[in-house]
Amino acid sequence: MKQEYDVAVVGGGVVGCAIARELSRYQLKVILLEKESDVARGTSGKNSGVVHTGFNVPKGSVKARLNVLGASMFEELCTTLNAPFKRVGKLVVALGAAEAPDLEKLKALGDANGVPSLEIIDAKEIKRMEPNISGYAAMNVPTAAIICPFRLTIALAESAVANGADILLEAEVKGISGKLGEFRINTTRGTVQSKLVVNSAGLYADHVARLAGVRRYKIYPCRGEYVIIDKARSDLISRMIYPVPPKGGSGLGVHLTPTIDGNILIGPSAAYVRSKTNDGTTGAMARQLVKEARELLPGLSNRDVITSYAGLRPKTVSSAVGGFNDFTIEELPELPGMMHLVGIESPGLTAAPAIALDIAKWVGTHLPLQSNSQFDPQRKAAVPFNELPPEKQAELVDADPDYGQIVCRCESITRKEILEAIHNPLGAQTIGAIKYRSRATMGRCQGGFCGPNIEKIVEEELGVRATEMSLKGEGSWLFTGSTKDLRS
Amino acid sequence: MRTEEVDVAVIGGGPAGLAAAVAARKAGAQNVVLIERGEQLGGILNQCIHDGFGTKNMGKALTGPEYAQIYIDQASAAGVTCHLNTMVLNLTPERELTLCSKEGVRHVRAKSVVLTMGCRERTRGAIGIPGYRPAGVFTAGVVQYYMNIRNLSVGRRVVVLGSGDVGLIMARRLTLEGAQVPCVAEILPYPSGLMRNVVQCLEDFGIPLYLSTTVIEIHGRDRITGVTLAKIGPRGGVVPGSQRLVECDTLMLSVGLIAENELAKKAGVALSPITGGPIVDDHFQTSVPGIFSAGNALQVHDLVDYVSLESEKAGLSAAKYADAGKLRVANIKVTPGRGIRYVVPQYIGGDESVDFSMRVEAPDLDRSVVFRSGSQTVRKMKENVVAPSSMIRFRVRSERFQKIGSELTVELEA
Repeated sequence: MKQEYDVAVVGGGVVGCAIARELSRYQLKVILLEKESDVARGTSGKNSGVVHTGFNVPKGSVKARLNVLGASMFEELCTTLNAPFKRVGKLVVALGAAEAPDLEKLKALGDANGVPSLEIIDAKEIKRMEPNISGYAAMNVPTAAIICPFRLTIALAESAVANGADILLEAEVKGISGKLGEFRINTTRGTVQSKLVVNSAGLYADHVARLAGVRRYKIYPCRGEYVIIDKARSDLISRMIYPVPPKGGSGLGVHLTPTIDGNILIGPSAAYVRSKTNDGTTGAMARQLVKEARELLPGLSNRDVITSYAGLRPKTVSSAVGGFNDFTIEELPELPGMMHLVGIESPGLTAAPAIALDIAKWVGTHLPLQSNSQFDPQRKAAVPFNELPPEKQAELVDADPDYGQIVCRCESITRKEILEAIHNPLGAQTIGAIKYRSRATMGRCQGGFCGPNIEKIVEEELGVRATEMSLKGEGSWLFTGSTKDLRS
Repeated sequence: MRTEEVDVAVIGGGPAGLAAAVAARKAGAQNVVLIERGEQLGGILNQCIHDGFGTKNMGKALTGPEYAQIYIDQASAAGVTCHLNTMVLNLTPERELTLCSKEGVRHVRAKSVVLTMGCRERTRGAIGIPGYRPAGVFTAGVVQYYMNIRNLSVGRRVVVLGSGDVGLIMARRLTLEGAQVPCVAEILPYPSGLMRNVVQCLEDFGIPLYLSTTVIEIHGRDRITGVTLAKIGPRGGVVPGSQRLVECDTLMLSVGLIAENELAKKAGVALSPITGGPIVDDHFQTSVPGIFSAGNALQVHDLVDYVSLESEKAGLSAAKYADAGKLRVANIKVTPGRGIRYVVPQYIGGDESVDFSMRVEAPDLDRSVVFRSGSQTVRKMKENVVAPSSMIRFRVRSERFQKIGSELTVELEA
């Protein structure tokens, strides 16, 4: 089946989803193609979840412009999309006198980039703000914020769909042919015809470009591992705690980030890997992370770790070169009509809404941008039950008894929230999709109690048998059959 | 929002909660409520279809559901009020509970509370096994639920990591159902589960147990395809050259149980860093007056029989507190000494006989457990075999406490 679109966006990360949603403001036929079983399955789902202010990106760079603009858009965006956002602030901590001049340099750069309210504070002030943190001096970044990166990406995607965009999951792009006005994109779920193409394939942006005959890009995956600390220790810090960025490093240094849900993240490490699928964690790194984090936060122990994960940075500099490149966002003269977004690593999450504005402008150079009068920026979502006071909880349960049934006990996630996740507008039906939407199974028991109950609800709601359920799509089956099958 | 007044509120309807609630009613507490978040009483016993329950306190070997039913019937006969599908969202030090169910969110004020929430399984994340995060990694209790309750097969070739009792029992169950269990790996130099389970679940079925061995990597991105096992040296490092790949489609973890005490923390109850459960006195009263704890939420037990016996005492104490509004203070401190990992209760009054339970730090032969106060030996008992997997229990009669000071130490001696 051949389908015709104005714009095809390749890649369902935060950038691709922000673009699809931004384009849904206009009378355009938009489709987003994603090879995985859900959006946010790559780098966008596995990072620190930080809205960076832009104090450490080179002045005058594309990164600096999009970072600062993106950061200024975030609070309103999250509120509109009903996605969590907390302006918790950040301290960049110098452990000794030797690092103090670096703080001054960072502040000067931040001031130049237009980051508001930066100030240098002394050890005493650090203790007052963060009693568990020891440092010589720090830069206070009060405007830094945290978000939930996968829930934001999901919210952007759902808003795009609600406003008329199509999202095709498990549609891996296999070939791109044609030209401006008549691109043909072959996917594992059929062929799509589109006037314009946006390559926001993240780690695979070089590969997608090559499918269209563009061979100039090369992405070097650089793995960042994190460990997650039990909520019970959430009171250790109240804002983000960063070290002074390591010189010549590939990342921002191991930092402590409170998450939206009350855990603390430690990480990320930075290690180049060969394969773009190598997002496994390593034992050595997990121990190293806790050890490094203890320099900032001595109260931390290995026993506080509940789990770990890793994401891959799509870097355009090799390990031999090191450091950072600017974002590449360009339409090439030899292939008009296709926009490439390459090397959108940190602060790519922060920049995503600003990138989407740029892309909409670019679309406008090829196609008329007429606003979509039906566009509704708001996105409705189930109320997070566990964040409400008992009186409000009582009202919800009285109005809808599904709120009274706690399915995930560790996180107090109700049946109502699970049902909303199951019936998501993208039609993502894996157990992982439900987990990322509702947060169920992400607590300290990691699904030991609620996993089976969630499968039961999926069975009832979607008519899918347990033996057909997967964790994250084809191949990741939960069960090998019924017990009786074992004897055959 | 309405507030209901009750005498005793028992949180958790597993074996501990059932026994505590029944005992509280029998001791005369009028209004005893048992709050269970699942849809039926009995807790984890419902999925334990193997036998061996009740040999110590009932003189017969029952299956888990049979054992649970005895207490469920008793609770019903004793007039315990049971709230199913009900989650306790909060507990205050003043013993006010916030309950949530389909019927609504409501408050209950209890004269006394018994915490019997049981325990949960340690997960992959908690023990930090590196590698990918594919489907096919389960804890043993979850496998037990799927196989025994849902008739679902988690896999055809299952490597077991950890030799906890649930893991050993499930290695046998999987084998009986037709799955292959190539091995059980245990990081410690000795098994974590009871010797009777090592014999009956592994040796009888020819399943090898590799000691001082663990999984150092998980392979497979979508579904697990194998694990790398390695020997662990005495200092905790991988023995070079000992790595080997074992193909499997499932990894089952039986790597420890953690007392569930989120509510205890909310109520400000002091917890022991070793047991993970509340610090209690010989009435099973916690640091917060009127709040009691028993069963696996207090300390992870080896046998349910002892969970029941312990919880009956906690229930009795809770009934007394509900009646009198206080219990006598216990300020003789009991501390574990050489060779003993922990001892419960941590405080005693010295005026009543006490059943102590404890676990040793390492396996040993021909030891004595010695209770001392200063230079005085209060009680000494011989044990032919001691192992961390088996809880040691001793009753010390009240007359033995007559001349002791404010401290009691328990040690293991040759």
